[in-house]
Amino acid sequence: MPEPVGFFTDTSICIGCKACEVACKEWNQLPGNAPKFGDGFDNTGQLDAENWRHVKFIDLVPEAPAIVGNGNPWLMMSDLCKHCKHASCMEVCPTGAIVRTEYDTVFIQQDVCNGCRDCISACPYGAIGFSPISGTAHKCTMCYDRLQNGMTPACAKACPTQSIQYGTLSELQQKADARLAALRTQGYENAQLYGRDDSIYGGLGAFFLLMDKPEVYGLPNKENAGLPSRNNLGGYLGAFFVAAVGVLAGMVSFRRGTTVAPSPTPGPTQPRERPAS
Amino acid sequence: MAEHFVQPPHWEWYIIGYFFCAGLAGGAYTIGTMLRLWGTPREEGVARIAFLIAFPLVVLCGILLTIDLGQPLRFWHMMVNTTPGATGLNFLYWSPISLGTWVLLIFGLFSFVSFLEALALEGRIRAPGLTRALSGRGGLVLDVVGTIFALFLASYTGVVLSVSNQPVWSDSWAIGGLFVASALSGSAALLALLGRNTAGAESSEPRLQAADGYFALIELVMIAVFFLTLSPAGTLGKTLSGIWLVVWLLIVASLVPPMFGAFANGRGLQLASSTGAVGTTVARAGMSTASAVFVLVGVLLMRIAVILSAQW
Repeated sequence: MPEPVGFFTDTSICIGCKACEVACKEWNQLPGNAPKFGDGFDNTGQLDAENWRHVKFIDLVPEAPAIVGNGNPWLMMSDLCKHCKHASCMEVCPTGAIVRTEYDTVFIQQDVCNGCRDCISACPYGAIGFSPISGTAHKCTMCYDRLQNGMTPACAKACPTQSIQYGTLSELQQKADARLAALRTQGYENAQLYGRDDSIYGGLGAFFLLMDKPEVYGLPNKENAGLPSRNNLGGYLGAFFVAAVGVLAGMVSFRRGTTVAPSPTPGPTQPRERPAS
Repeated sequence: MAEHFVQPPHWEWYIIGYFFCAGLAGGAYTIGTMLRLWGTPREEGVARIAFLIAFPLVVLCGILLTIDLGQPLRFWHMMVNTTPGATGLNFLYWSPISLGTWVLLIFGLFSFVSFLEALALEGRIRAPGLTRALSGRGGLVLDVVGTIFALFLASYTGVVLSVSNQPVWSDSWAIGGLFVASALSGSAALLALLGRNTAGAESSEPRLQAADGYFALIELVMIAVFFLTLSPAGTLGKTLSGIWLVVWLLIVASLVPPMFGAFANGRGLQLASSTGAVGTTVARAGMSTASAVFVLVGVLLMRIAVILSAQW
């Protein structure tokens, strides 16, 4: 078994060039989509079946004129499937289409998926999209075909600033720790690693160095990073309890001898009983 | 406060239709069994209607679920894993959709046998072997075990929603309970409507009305519990925003007639017969039919509100 691999995305050096998006589209032959024009530099919109990398632009430009030390006016982050150790999508998938590969990445088998979309309802990062063309769910494969041929995933290969780094997870974690220490030394108090340890979904195969709180980047923090199965017990117990009360209500209402308003218009023929044994 | 960054799965009208039919199928089967277990022989007529409608509704459920898939011809992948090297049956008890698929299949078998038996007892088909086998204890076991699956079918759809990371759905554990209460209420109203026009079955209407009063009350309590669970998560506003507030008010309004016995025409007819007011009789019967239909509309609206308000 190969050692687990992954991505370390250092958002502090992302310049928002979107080379990762283009490389991903080219290698994986993803169709183009109509660009979106809003109040910012983001023309992609979100991760979906056609966009497996998405550079987020977080506009924090202050209303007052910017001065030195006035914070980070723009935060940029190349987002993707996090390849969670405890993956919500894998947990709910009823067909077994979502599997963990020999590289410890999360992969959707296109010939097994039947397009029920439960994984989309479960993914806390909104990283999975449904393709009406294939009728199945799609997301980043971490270029599984490239990995099998000993190649670096397309996005990491194309990133001009090395904001996206690919390698074995143990090696990337060391790099991330060193980078965080350097930033802290430079006074970036808000810099933090996201998904480096097991506090978020057991650890992320694609983890990040963020320059602000996770929620600023649209990522759930520790308190909100829950697996769908947390509601299994409560959901079934609640249903069982209500069903039991309902049956009790039925017993009270239907039992022989219960006094209810008699029917004034009995049918011409009484129904037959179930034949006696 | 829960923060959600998830995307909606676009479960829309087919799924709403499936949840509606699954609720009515499971609820009708349960009421049919309860009428046979605890009712007088006079209740057999409406119990038979319950078993006659449950199976066609289950068939409709299967069709709706299948056509909602992106790859409908792969519906069987729900039950069989086709992953190379890992082929075999899929029974993933932690995945409500996987569990629900098996329950739908098994309940389909139970409801089919009950459907055939009801047809035979009505004299529409000849199956003396089946009716003989199901007379006495055998039939009781079929009904009771089938009811366990029926109640699961009526409720697990809510658990499917809760077991996700969607706003509203994943913020509440109460949706399964809410769905089963609503399923029982809607089924009682449907059976009252159908029984009213079936010779020999109309005498059960007061009992169905009495039961629906309780079911509606349970549903009202569960709506309150649902809202209470959403409040600390901060997503109550999402399910009550804009048009959804009106929809929820309609849902609550649909529960009022059964709680006050307004859809039972028994009382109306009694009153009318004592006063000789034929016009009142007709008016009351019409109003009671409208009330029962309103209950069914409420059952549908509740599923629409829960499913769509979270995804908008």
